[in-house]
Amino acid sequence: MNNPLNRQIALYPLLKTLSDLPGVSGAEGPVRDLIAQEVHRYADKMWVDALGNLIVLKKGDSSSTKRVAVMAHMDEVGLVVSGADDKGFLKIKSAGGIIPNILVAQRMKVGPDGIPGIIGYKPVHLQSQEERNKSAKMDEIFVDIGAKTEEEALNKAPLGTAVSFDREMKFAGEPPAVVPEDGGLPETGRLTGKAFDDRVGCLAIIALLRGERLPYDLYAVFTVQEEVGLRGAPTAAWAIQPDMALILESTVADDLPREEDLSPTTRLGEGPAITVSDRASIADPRLLRYFLAKAEETQIPLQIKQPGVGGTDGRAVQLTRAGVPVAILAVPSRYIHSPVSLIDLRDVHNLLRLLEAALPDMPAALQMKR
Amino acid sequence: MIEQLEKLVHTFGPTGQEQAVAELIRTEIAPFVDEIRQDPLGNLIAVKKGKPGGKKIMLAAHMDEIGLVVSHIDENGFCRVRPVGYVLTATLVGSRVRFANGTIGVFGAEDEDKALWKPTGKLPAWDKWYLDVGAENKAAAPVQVGDMAAFYPFFHQQGNRLIAQSMDDRSGCAVLLAVAKQLSAPANDVYFVFTVQEEIGTKGAVAATYDVHPDMGIAVDVTFSADTPKAAPMAVVLGQGAAIKVMDGGMIAHYGLRQALVETAEAAGIPYQMEVLPGGTTDARSIQLSREGVPAGAISIPSRYMHSKAEMVDLRDMIACANLLTRFVTESA
Repeated sequence: MNNPLNRQIALYPLLKTLSDLPGVSGAEGPVRDLIAQEVHRYADKMWVDALGNLIVLKKGDSSSTKRVAVMAHMDEVGLVVSGADDKGFLKIKSAGGIIPNILVAQRMKVGPDGIPGIIGYKPVHLQSQEERNKSAKMDEIFVDIGAKTEEEALNKAPLGTAVSFDREMKFAGEPPAVVPEDGGLPETGRLTGKAFDDRVGCLAIIALLRGERLPYDLYAVFTVQEEVGLRGAPTAAWAIQPDMALILESTVADDLPREEDLSPTTRLGEGPAITVSDRASIADPRLLRYFLAKAEETQIPLQIKQPGVGGTDGRAVQLTRAGVPVAILAVPSRYIHSPVSLIDLRDVHNLLRLLEAALPDMPAALQMKR
Repeated sequence: MIEQLEKLVHTFGPTGQEQAVAELIRTEIAPFVDEIRQDPLGNLIAVKKGKPGGKKIMLAAHMDEIGLVVSHIDENGFCRVRPVGYVLTATLVGSRVRFANGTIGVFGAEDEDKALWKPTGKLPAWDKWYLDVGAENKAAAPVQVGDMAAFYPFFHQQGNRLIAQSMDDRSGCAVLLAVAKQLSAPANDVYFVFTVQEEIGTKGAVAATYDVHPDMGIAVDVTFSADTPKAAPMAVVLGQGAAIKVMDGGMIAHYGLRQALVETAEAAGIPYQMEVLPGGTTDARSIQLSREGVPAGAISIPSRYMHSKAEMVDLRDMIACANLLTRFVTESA
């Protein structure tokens, strides 16, 4: 059988490169360049739109006239330089949902050249008892790039410079016993890194573009500025006019120790999560049922994301032109929006398996009763 | 109109699962229109052709009602839910909901200090409420995480007053059906648009308006009234006629369109009142911002106890709304 998704490529080093590259909202260039390089040989058409979205058309085998968009966002949460003080410390604002507690004591990469910077904090010796017990505040956070004056700091990092986490992807705990020598993605193991949200979605789409043709025209869309309010997706969806869209994401796994009998949003290792409704949109009921049925039929684990949490590009795509039916699949990630996000490789594999199984017939889902 | 409203109110249709309502409306409106279609998001669009040279007028009422979605089922079979749309916790005590499969759930709350029993007790927050579906344990629960529910239907007529859990906006749907029935040889093409997902941000209308590309649009929805004891001030009274919208929390009605509606009402002797709604909005907001912009307004049905399980409207206002719309689209715009 022709596989619409190529899992034989060196996905492991690719995921590491994707996760490690800086690509804060509005400064996605390095990620876009890498993806373009990985997929251009497999594209029938490829372009970057006015906002910076990378759009790749892979034509179908002409048995279907449908246009299907599969989308993931390239940007990650981070910081942006908003000034410097007279001692050369960079002032910052957040780009996307980020809290000060996870910034303290981090190494950062500043700007396109990745100038090393650190976020320091008042040492314990100098903190009052009260200070020790309170959380950091955003306006107390500065980035130190070793500059000594305001002028020097702003010369190296002008206003608006993006600042990303400096964090390499690694296995959490023992690496799995079997790590394929050809760079294939190990079947098991948990990885920690800074930008699985949403480079793991990007990875899945790259594998898709490098697989066999689907029956329909596949528009792969790598969007910008998702983390600052779903700003990239609308123009891309407008240009493509898809008949339906699938959003590939990473989402909150909060299966942390708790006493009460309450569901976490998702659980690590129990398969990708499908969205019924979140804070931004309600998924198309037909596509939802289609993916649930496919998962059941193929015995691929698929969990339902607890309703009411988060929002994705799905919202923006859904309301494009005369409306687009949307489904959202996500890889659960603990400690999301931090430099130590944690994913389970079984969930990545199960997402890829589900895509292999479900994508070829996806347009048929729209023939179902709504 | 009452018979149709009662059918509409009894039909299951929480935000995101409006299909049963769409199917009912399709059947009811089919004899009176020239074409019917459903768009990718589920909006139902019914077209009554007008005379050549007429305008394209879009009338919109939303099919969805506020509801709930199951987010967790605990070991003992109790369901935790999230609101879909703006559900008031004050209305949950003693209320029942219904799922698509007919399952009934009743609300309870974690109430360790018996706050619900105290006259000045504070209402529990959303995460303290649960839905009891009569299951003795998780495995026996007749619903699943992700299933949606709507409040249990109820309809009653008492004189001119009509009471139901979903007058917002099934009363608007009934008005549109009445317009379709009354209409003969309109000057304009009339697009009856029954929208989805209004209660979570007037979403369906975004897509439908793009598709229809109308010359003007009018939303028909409920509004607040201020004719009850110590109500927040607002110049809208039940039974005093169609409320022609001036503005609300999301839009200012097109001045020319609003005046044209006033003139039509005056000329035909149809009772009307002007509506300035301090908060909230309708599909007219989405209509207005479609493509290059669409002159948009709204005609509202005054209602009491909005988003409660007993919303009250007045039949005379619904008739006034239907007559005003019929007259307006029949005449050249």
